[in-house]
Amino acid sequence: MIRARDLTKHFRVHKRGSGLAAALKSVVRRKYELVKAVDGVSFEIQRGERVGFLGPNGAGKTTTLKVLSGLLHPTSGEVEVEGFVPFRRAPELLSAITLVMGQKSQLIWDLPPADTYAMNRAVFDVPQEAFERALKELTELLELGDLVTKPTRQLSLGERMKCELAAALLHGPTTLFLDEPTIGLDVAMQLAIRDFVRDYNQRHEATVLLTSHYMDDVVALCPRIIVIDQGKLIHDGDLRALVKQTDPDKRVSFTLVTPRADDELVKLGAILKREGQRATLRVGEKDLPAVVGHLLGEWKATDLAIEDPPLEEILRVMFGKAREGREASS
Amino acid sequence: MRSAAARTVRAIPTLLRIGLAETVAYRAEFIVWILTTTMPLIMLGLWTTVADEGPFQAYRSEDFVAYYLAMLIVRNLTGSWVAWQVSEEIRLGTMSMRLLRPLHPMVAFATSHLAAIPFRGLIAIPVAVALLVSSGASALTHDPAQLALLIPSIALGWIIGFACLFALGCLAFLVTQTSAIGNIYFTLFGILSGYLLPLDLLPSWISRVAACTPFPSMLGTPVRLLVHPMARGDALELLAIQGAWAVGAIALALTAWRVGLRRYEAVGA
Repeated sequence: MIRARDLTKHFRVHKRGSGLAAALKSVVRRKYELVKAVDGVSFEIQRGERVGFLGPNGAGKTTTLKVLSGLLHPTSGEVEVEGFVPFRRAPELLSAITLVMGQKSQLIWDLPPADTYAMNRAVFDVPQEAFERALKELTELLELGDLVTKPTRQLSLGERMKCELAAALLHGPTTLFLDEPTIGLDVAMQLAIRDFVRDYNQRHEATVLLTSHYMDDVVALCPRIIVIDQGKLIHDGDLRALVKQTDPDKRVSFTLVTPRADDELVKLGAILKREGQRATLRVGEKDLPAVVGHLLGEWKATDLAIEDPPLEEILRVMFGKAREGREASS
Repeated sequence: MRSAAARTVRAIPTLLRIGLAETVAYRAEFIVWILTTTMPLIMLGLWTTVADEGPFQAYRSEDFVAYYLAMLIVRNLTGSWVAWQVSEEIRLGTMSMRLLRPLHPMVAFATSHLAAIPFRGLIAIPVAVALLVSSGASALTHDPAQLALLIPSIALGWIIGFACLFALGCLAFLVTQTSAIGNIYFTLFGILSGYLLPLDLLPSWISRVAACTPFPSMLGTPVRLLVHPMARGDALELLAIQGAWAVGAIALALTAWRVGLRRYEAVGA
């Protein structure tokens, strides 16, 4: 279980202009700015939940994950993970959690991943038999093959990320903090890692808190999302409910058999995209049955697909509203 | 739940093995490091030339040979570069990965350094020992008890140096760049540890200042045990002083870590 109550993390950041004059001035008189990276965030995550943690760049997502995993001391507020206060770094807590950062490696750079695995086995005190079982399972699920015996520096990004995941999970953690675990990976690898995380969550009843700029990761993995912006929590709840509440209209995509003018299409819904015979319309929920009936019946449209609005759009609307609210209140 | 201390002890053989593997992987860097520890040979050439014209204070030419070759051996066995590693990892945020493991980073760094010692001595120590025995044997101590104390003395010298450098590296929690502070440290170390020249050749007030610092216990004490015959009581007293400095240095390093960690910003990681 993860619990954060009124969590804040502030940084004192040195501010300096560019150029020689500003550099010399900063030697004599330093200017500092207080950055509220996380500003009074509260939430609870139950064991076994998969939660997406979303927000624009600089929203405070990674800072929150660092506080939850014990890397940072919070400025104020209370945090508890698996019954422990993270910054005290109790060995029992460190054995129960893991943090995967897509942009940072925990593998020893000049040695094969197998050596990092051996080191983690020793440090986490995993019995040899359990270690071999976990390694076998991870090798199969992640299709590691002989990657573990190549020096880490010679692995591709995708290969390295798979090995990173294995290194992060060999000790059998029950809480996974995943910070951009699919960044820079191709689509096939993203899918493989999504499948793997879902499988691990189900097998081990592990709690997953995921940040990702790929909304497909979040949609595929996380029934619940927490959204923060400028350090403040602006949504915590079911992903589908959020979509419905922010933009209930559907996206209907189809291919026309006979050419139709835009004038005809707008009678069915707002045109979001038009590329030759392929079009995407925005259609209200109550009009949906009639529009779909018309497209399939009278127009004989093919390749018809009905989708919720992309999460990116939903978030853009949310962040816009949150900013407007802040500006109005200030 | 197995205790953290027992878990750490059990992990040490694996950590040493990984440290050895890393040492071999970084062989080019390693050769450069070995070459940088030859300062005693330069000082040896300088002072034996001076002493060829007659003893300099109490030091004859063979005394200088024994002193600097002993220094070369001790330096190779006790040298450490942990301050640079710790400050870089704090500055770049890569310390985060160590913080996620249930092992104190000081232990992790210590084992990786200990694993490197046999390789560091691979070239320098046999050469130094051969030269020491052939050229400076007359200046060596012949008391087996005193020579036996050399082993704990070198171990304590390593602990003091490593812990002080670890504490120095922890300054990166407070100031982003620690290289200027590191330069001050290494200047003091060079003079007050006896690395550049024997402490008894320095003005007496500097020797008195040195005695109030841990630097002589890092290098000067093991070298003295090797080249200066002395009463057993005096040798044990030197060892006791080293022991006290070792306890103090470890306490300093752990405190610097604990206090500094509160300010860790885990930038970029």
